[in-house]
Amino acid sequence: MEQLIQKLTGIYGPSGREELVAAEIETLLAGKVDSIRRDALGNLICEKKGTDPNGKRIMLAAHMDQIGLVVTHVEKEGYLRVSNIGGISPANSRTRRVKFANGVMGVLHEQPLKPGETTSLRTFYIDIGAANEAEALSLISLGDVAVYAEDTFKMGAHRLASPAMDDRMACALLVSILQKLPPIKDTVIAVFTTQEEVGLRGATTSAYSVQPDVGIALDVTLTGDTPEERRVAVNLGEGPTIVVMNARSISNPALVNELHAAAAKAGVAVQREVLPFGGTDAGAMQLSRGGMPVCTVSVPCRYVHSACEVVDMRDVEGAEKVLLGYLGA
Amino acid sequence: MDLKTLCEAQGVSGREEHIRRMVWDACAAKLGEDALALDGLGSVIATRKGSDPGKPRVMLAAHMDEVGLLVVSATEDGLLRFRALGGVDSRVLVSKRVRVGYDTPEKPALAGVIGAMAIHQQSPEDRKHVLPIEQLFIDIGAKDKAEAERMAPAGTLVTFDTPYTPFGEGLVYAKALDDRVGVWNLLNLLDAPYAGELVFAFTSQEEVGLRGATSAGYRVQPDIAVVLETTAANDLGEIPEALQVCRVGQGVCVSFMDTASLADSQLYRTMLALGKEKAIPHQVKQFVSGGNDAGALQRAGAGSRTVVLSVPCRNIHSPTSVCALRDMAAQESLTRAFLENL
Repeated sequence: MEQLIQKLTGIYGPSGREELVAAEIETLLAGKVDSIRRDALGNLICEKKGTDPNGKRIMLAAHMDQIGLVVTHVEKEGYLRVSNIGGISPANSRTRRVKFANGVMGVLHEQPLKPGETTSLRTFYIDIGAANEAEALSLISLGDVAVYAEDTFKMGAHRLASPAMDDRMACALLVSILQKLPPIKDTVIAVFTTQEEVGLRGATTSAYSVQPDVGIALDVTLTGDTPEERRVAVNLGEGPTIVVMNARSISNPALVNELHAAAAKAGVAVQREVLPFGGTDAGAMQLSRGGMPVCTVSVPCRYVHSACEVVDMRDVEGAEKVLLGYLGA
Repeated sequence: MDLKTLCEAQGVSGREEHIRRMVWDACAAKLGEDALALDGLGSVIATRKGSDPGKPRVMLAAHMDEVGLLVVSATEDGLLRFRALGGVDSRVLVSKRVRVGYDTPEKPALAGVIGAMAIHQQSPEDRKHVLPIEQLFIDIGAKDKAEAERMAPAGTLVTFDTPYTPFGEGLVYAKALDDRVGVWNLLNLLDAPYAGELVFAFTSQEEVGLRGATSAGYRVQPDIAVVLETTAANDLGEIPEALQVCRVGQGVCVSFMDTASLADSQLYRTMLALGKEKAIPHQVKQFVSGGNDAGALQRAGAGSRTVVLSVPCRNIHSPTSVCALRDMAAQESLTRAFLENL
């Protein structure tokens, strides 16, 4: 699992540019599922048929996209002005190494603020080492997207950090589940979704075409266990969370109970999560067509939407056991 | 159908009937009544069957509605209180001419002006503040509340009163260029060569939340949707270049993203390459702002690949928005080139 996370977090894939991640996942799942297809928004839809023709259709969604910075303007001096794709935090962005799809590297930096000016991405620029506008435009084009370039690294005995942990960790988790999943009675449709960070867009269209009976999103969630952090009753390393509600969905209580029962049976400690902000692909799935019961299983993650998003491998492995148990494996 | 007629006609969100009639007649003349459908939200969907089923189904979309005002009540002395339909900045409203109600052969629209406290009565403090819409009134010359309510009952729609006016070198100012420019070009494209199925969607209620495109997208579910729009050019005065978005007269704007959608990256690149290859004036929208029908079309049903081609528009959502004719021509040319190369 750790290797899988290392591999998937190392791939470039901001919202709308998830092709490389999808290609790698497709390779990893070759022969492990019955069908793989992509839709108009680039979702990778992998179906593993159940043994019971009357079984349920269960959609598991993990999003492939990561947040990024899109180039909106190139200055005469060669600096790039940017806008955010998804929830980029200016505070987490000062003097960061960033990279583009074609390998061009740069430094994201905040210029000195004028009196009365407040921090926003308008006060940031990317320096890609170009001497002028023409040189910059020979390296990148308007509309190209940069991501934090921090490498994935290990911390302590159990923890991994990466700018793409949200949500490549869950992509790895879902790949691992499919690789281990024995024949079960229900049909599992694993959807590696696109454009979650800009508004659950990929999950909206894939849930429509997949038409599942149940939807479970796999994502990361915030923790409240670091100095002076907002009070959130989720701690790193104390197990995956089963979401009761967040800002985009209220989980189906019966489904929440089933997941808790699966966790108990597997002997995995889990945390109950109530997040008054944020949302996951479950929010889009529950409103698809005539609606469906949904829930989110999350892995606690420190410093979400930064260049160093930290998860604990024990929580990831716990989430895998809970989900495999829920599926009846 | 000329752009002047389309811009001067009244069609606020949810009440697009005048535009719809013109669009319907123009489409019926070219494609026949059988090709047309009217959906529940008032969008017109014209389908041109293709001869090659191997080609993608393409939707071209433009919205019929414009931003406007809505009468909500009258004051004791006969002035109308109103609210905005769509994004209207109250700073553009003071002392503007408006037409209250819709023009019909039986009953012409009423003339009105938007009033506020005169400069003589304002304190220095008053002058520092923008008057909110709640402190502006439409004067239709009614003598009291009862007469005002008779002339323009609550719910009466109000549009800007601006004659379509060419000026300068190839510029026009008018109301409702957003998005009658797109509607006009869609009508110009009814005969565009393309062997696949081509659907022309004239949508309703874009300005209040992409509503017409939501239902039209669900009905059509195209493989590709190209949205013909206008977009805010912020190119006046001493705005830093990075914040200008786009420049009037510099060609049709191709967007890589806005707040409602990310362009399909392949379609985005195709548009830029075609613009270059065919020497069609084009520019990249250099700011992430606004949103349009692509946001709804992309997410309708199982999803569509979308891209937006916009004509730069100064003073957008105001009584006197400004566009360049050459940018409009470029929008049409690039759409044509895209279909020819698909």
